[in-house]
Amino acid sequence: MGKIFFFAMLALAVLSGLLFAPETVELAIHPMDQFIVQPLFGHGDIAWYTPTNVTLWMVLAVAAVFALMVLGSSRRAIVPSRAQSLAELAYGFVYKMVEDVAGKDGVKFFPYIMTLFMFIVMANALGLLPMSFATTSHIAVTAILALLVFFTVTILGFVKNGSAFLGLFWVSSAPLALRPVLAIIELISYFVRPVSHSIRLGGNVMAGHAVLKVFAGFAGALGLFSFLPIFAITAVYALEVLVAFIQAYVFTILTCVYLKDALHPSH
Amino acid sequence: MEGDIAQMGQFIGAGLAAIGSGAAAIGVGHVAGNFLAGALRNPSAAAGQTATLFIGIAFAEALGIFSFLVALLLMFAV
Repeated sequence: MGKIFFFAMLALAVLSGLLFAPETVELAIHPMDQFIVQPLFGHGDIAWYTPTNVTLWMVLAVAAVFALMVLGSSRRAIVPSRAQSLAELAYGFVYKMVEDVAGKDGVKFFPYIMTLFMFIVMANALGLLPMSFATTSHIAVTAILALLVFFTVTILGFVKNGSAFLGLFWVSSAPLALRPVLAIIELISYFVRPVSHSIRLGGNVMAGHAVLKVFAGFAGALGLFSFLPIFAITAVYALEVLVAFIQAYVFTILTCVYLKDALHPSH
Repeated sequence: MEGDIAQMGQFIGAGLAAIGSGAAAIGVGHVAGNFLAGALRNPSAAAGQTATLFIGIAFAEALGIFSFLVALLLMFAV
């Protein structure tokens, strides 16, 4: 009985969709419109000090991290509240990651890596709210984060190891004739690091949000069938929540890997 | 550039670049599948290698994102 009813409804939907299909189907929302940087007040030019929607959502991300970590750990109850256990979970998670990947002497840089992780994960999560702005979708934002990591790691490597840091490019386990070639490849891959590091995060977030908006455009164009794209949006959104966390994790773990290279450059 | 042929080339190029996303999917599946195969043979060693798994997935995925970026540039920026 339920099956027959279901098929009857489906047939009705198909028929009505055919009858009342819109003549010209075009996307009501452009999928890339959500990434436009606008000043918060008025429509003037954007200078470096202008408060824009990017800066607003970055400030909100910092405020969210502050609220979670400071307010969460202010009570310090033996039986933790939800905020406290979340803060402790995040702290322990990042601490273990730094210790496992970068080694014992990498723990000195734990505050920096913790800051990176919390900021990225909060910016990604806030970007998933409807009508919000995904700051990490802009490669300008992620490039600054990645360049900071790159310069920190390079300067740290030279300060800690002196010229022995160049041993990172000299693969001593390879045959002698092959080493110059490998050195060039290693050098190129070293300088491509900030590019791939930033585009991985920015591209993932941008791709996810663009896909959400494309499906949203389908929902407007399909009329009665709009429930299909709405199911798809729900599924893609769940995937995006996962991606928001995994990309923050990947960004920080690659930072740890680069840090390990700087502290122990032997190949 | 202007004209229909140029626009056609733009669209075809964007479509070709989208193949890279599928190739990245193959790469990610390869990494995850091999991890699972190894993890089922030796489950006690699997927990310590999840970081390696995610690094491998990230490297494979980054190249797919690059091709997606090329497609986006062709569609909206050229």
